Order: sequence, then structure tokens, then C-alpha cells
Amino acid sequence: MANWTQCGGLALAATLVIAAPAFAQVSLVGEWSPRYHEDQLDRIPGPEPGDYTGLPITDGARLSADSWNASRLTLREHQCKVHIGPYILHGPIQFRIWEEKEPRTQQVIALRMYLNTYEQDRTIWMDGRAHPPEWAPHTFQGFSTGKWDGDILTVYTTHIKQEWIRRNGVPNSEKSTMIEHFIRHGDIMTHLEIWTDPVAFTEPYIRSEDFVLNERTGGNWLWPCEYVDEVVDRPHSDVPNYLPGHNPFEGDFAYRYGVPAEAARGGAETTYPEYQAKLRTLPKPAKPAAAR
Amino acid sequence: MTTHTKLFAALAIAGSVGFAARTHAQQPAARPAVPAPAASTADLDVYHVGGNVYMLVGAGGNIGVQIGDEGVLVVDTGLAANSARVLAAIRKLSDKPIRWVLNTHFHPDHTGGNEAISKAGSKTNGQPAEVLSHENVLTRMSAPAAKIAIAAWPTDTYFPEEKDIYFNGEAVMLYHEPNAHTDGDSIIFFRKSDVVFAGDTLVTTSYPFIDSANGGSIQGEINALNRLLDIAVPAHEQEGGTFIVPGHGRVCDEADVLEYRDMVTIIRDRIQDMIKRGMTLDQVKAARPTLDYDRHYGSDTGFVTTAGFVEQVYKDLSNPQGKPKVR
Repeated sequence: MANWTQCGGLALAATLVIAAPAFAQVSLVGEWSPRYHEDQLDRIPGPEPGDYTGLPITDGARLSADSWNASRLTLREHQCKVHIGPYILHGPIQFRIWEEKEPRTQQVIALRMYLNTYEQDRTIWMDGRAHPPEWAPHTFQGFSTGKWDGDILTVYTTHIKQEWIRRNGVPNSEKSTMIEHFIRHGDIMTHLEIWTDPVAFTEPYIRSEDFVLNERTGGNWLWPCEYVDEVVDRPHSDVPNYLPGHNPFEGDFAYRYGVPAEAARGGAETTYPEYQAKLRTLPKPAKPAAAR
Repeated sequence: MTTHTKLFAALAIAGSVGFAARTHAQQPAARPAVPAPAASTADLDVYHVGGNVYMLVGAGGNIGVQIGDEGVLVVDTGLAANSARVLAAIRKLSDKPIRWVLNTHFHPDHTGGNEAISKAGSKTNGQPAEVLSHENVLTRMSAPAAKIAIAAWPTDTYFPEEKDIYFNGEAVMLYHEPNAHTDGDSIIFFRKSDVVFAGDTLVTTSYPFIDSANGGSIQGEINALNRLLDIAVPAHEQEGGTFIVPGHGRVCDEADVLEYRDMVTIIRDRIQDMIKRGMTLDQVKAARPTLDYDRHYGSDTGFVTTAGFVEQVYKDLSNPQGKPKVR
């Protein structure tokens, strides 16, 4: 009897150990809606061409953005592309989080997200599985694994497709990786994102957003996208782009807002508070050629 | 061996193979300038791409395997030194006879195992498995300077724009892309499984290699990428659906090919403009027309260097006679 009692005690202890994280953790389950007080201009109306302020971008990413012609979005294959994981929570969105549990042990296998922007599904694996090999396909939301650090959910994402960092053609690359922290305070959740990209960034790009638990659920942006031919008689193989030095909008943003041209071009230096002192010493932007 | 170790070993071999293969392609009269990499005994990585189709990684170029009741069909055969590993990987997928070998182009990192794989299989009449390619693959491989054994040559070729066969319950389409990576490229489409093998018309690990010494051209390369876009149909919001396996690198869908096509086309546009403005090759190189892509695809060492790619494009666009037209 004593042995059986000991066995029962061990089983109970084991159960408690396994179950303990579930009791200790905050739940992220529910529908969440964003608050846009932070970076509002960037997130809602959208950036203007040539606005690279606050982005720690490489010279290559800057050239790529200068070459970007918005008409590229009229190409068939570009029309239905969706925002990638590192971008999508920064834009207009609502999302739902729920847990996938192992039926017997009730251990959380994954956190699932339905992102109503572009009908995107995202899975954050919580079962300790490895990330896929380098030659596996990439997706817009990438492959994510998560772990709890106290009440903070930390998520690591790889296998992200190429899209953009800012909605004016500043590109990311498929070498992007992302670390996120989901931090809940009552009905508010802060999302902190650390985006690394050896092609586009000279150092990690960090930004955050706040979300509020939404009691009025069901807001969905259904997006059964189907491409159309928007430009008649254009050869199928054309890729709209501006040759270096020929972007007609270059300088417009800086001139309109009185931002020194150098600051408008972005770069790691422009992301730090110390740059404000330098800003005061920089010349006012010249009137762009197109506006003269 | 960890996945990373295996992957590193595979990439190292693939890189060496690519170097050997392309040196051979540029200088058909000479032996490869680097020694062939030693055979590895490590298992190849196997990835289920879709339907009945799998990808083998680590034997040189990516290899395709289609399995079914009728037998096994193999797309490209990797480096000769890795044939035993390729056969072992195929046998883990199916014990049926290997009936077909299809070659996307003639480079030895894609055809090196032809002889061994073909002999390991059989047609229904008992002969080695059929090796099918575009006729220019046979022309290149059978050139005396190539010094490739007859048993490794294609046993069947096609010369029109396309060829199709039906095997294991699905149509398998071969589309010839003239003057792309070489002059004998086939894009191979498994219609039911919805998987495309692009050969080296698509690589995700470097800039494209335009093998101009063997009939490659920048416009043909762009045409091939546009053909891939035409074939591919995404499943939902430009993702998934048709999967495209590159000659080297990771599995893609239409959105990935799109970004690569855009990149090659934009670089073509820039260099074309510089040529129109009378810039010399050195001036074009100094202007860095690939700057925005160099951190991803560029390299100062190895076979496909950034400078080499720019030079290929510059020379090709400077001499447009006989080259494919924009489609």
C-alpha cells in the first residue's frame, strides 16, 4: 500500500509540474483590436514615397526603395500579395487568438491566430519543435515557435517571404527573422517586435503596437482576391521601376515637411534620440526638381 | 549528424559541384578546374513537395522523384560521386523500378548520376531507364571535348517547344526555354502534383548564371522566369498552390519566383540603360547596378560572383543579335 501511495504521490507531483505553467500563465486568448496612437501616419494613411525616416536601412534597401514604382502593384502577380508577419500587426487589423491543446494532457501545442487582414492564419508552435530546414518553403507569416518567459510570450519567426518594411517600397528580404514579445496588462496587450534582416537592415529594427481586448467580435476583412489586368497592352514581362536617379518623387517628402534631406533617407543613425541634435544643424531641403 | 551539419555538408558539396559544373560548361574542351568533391556517405535530405513528388537535397543540383504504381521518375541525377546516396534515397521512397530520368540541362551537377541511376532502373523491355532531355543537352554532352561516357548521355530527346509524357497517373510536361541558363533548358511540370522543376533557370542562392558559352542569355533567362510565373497558380492570396523547385536552393511558390523575376528584370533594365548611355563595362561595374540585391545574392568569391554576373549581362546585352526577344 505504501508503494502505491508513493506512486500516486509521484503521479500527482508529475501532473502538477506538467500543469503548472498553464496555471501560471496569462492567457492571450480572445479577439484583439489595435490602437493607432503610435506611428499613426505610417500605419493608417500610409507613408509617402521617399519617407525612410527612422529606418535602419542599408544603402541597398534605399536604392531598392528609390527604384520602386507603385505601378508594380498593378502587375498580376503582385495584386494579391499580403503583408508579411513582421508588417501585418503594424497595419489596420483585428485578430483572434486561440489555443490548440493536446486532448489528454491539455498541454498547449500551439497558439493559433486568425488575422483578418487578407484572411491570414498564423501558428505559433509551443511544443518545442525545430524550425524547418533552410530549403523549405517560405510563407507570408513565416514559421513561428514560442515560449513563455513569465507572463511574456516570446516568439521567434523564420521562413518569411520578401515583401516590405514600409508601404512605399522599402523591401525586406527572405532572410528576415523576427523576435516578438506579447505582453498583456489586463485588457491591453503590448506587442514588441525586433526585426532582423541582413539584407535590408544594418541593425535590428524595433517597434511596438498596443491592442485592446475586443468584446464585440466578428469584424472580418474577407479578401477573396482575384487578379485583373489593370494596364492594357503592357507586355506581361514588364516590371515598372525607376532607373537610379530618375524617381520623379525623390525629394518631395523632405521638401513638403521640411525634413532635412539626409534625415528623410533613413539609416541607423536616424533612429536614435541623439540624432535630434544633428537634425538642427542640417540644411533645409531643396525644392525638388519636379516641383520647380 | 544534425540537420544543420547535414545541410552545411550538402551546401558545401552543392557549391563545389556548381563550381565544377559551370567551369566545365564555360570551357567545354577542358577538364573541370577543381577536383570533383569526394563522395559523402551521409543520407540525402528528402522533402515532400506535393502529390507524388519529392525533392532530394545535397547531391549537387536539386533532384526530383515522382513515385507511383508504374514506377519511379527522376528529374536530374546530381553529381556522379553521389549516385549511391541518390539511389539509397530513392529506394526509401519506392521499391518500384526506375523507368524515367529527365534532365533539365546538361551541367554535371544535374546529369552526373545519369549512368548509375539509369542502369539501376529499367524500361519494360529490360533496357536501362530512358534518359530524356532537350536535344541540345545531348549535343553538349556528346561533344568530344566534353569527354562524357556514352552511357550517361540522354537516350531520347525532343526538339519542339514542348514534350509531354504520362506516368504514374499524371501528365508530365517538358517546356524548352531557349537560350536561358543554357540552350537546352527544360522546365518540367508535374500537372497533377502541381510541382515544377525549374533546373537552373531559377536558383535562390545566387544571381542567375548565364552560361553564354553554351547558349545562355539574359533575355532567355527572364523569359524562363516569366514562363514559371505563367505555369504557377497560387492557392490563396499569392501563397502556396504550385510549388517550384529551383536548381539550387529552397522550394518556391509564385510569389518567390516573382521577386526573383523582378530583380533580374530590373538589373537588366539598369545595365541596358547604361549601355545606351555609352558606359564601359568597368564604368557599369563601378556604378553597382546590383547594389540593392548584393547582400542577398552577391558574392566576391566562388563561381557566380557579382562582377561576373554584371559582365555576363553587359556582354549579352551589348551583342543582341540572335538572342531571344522579349515575350
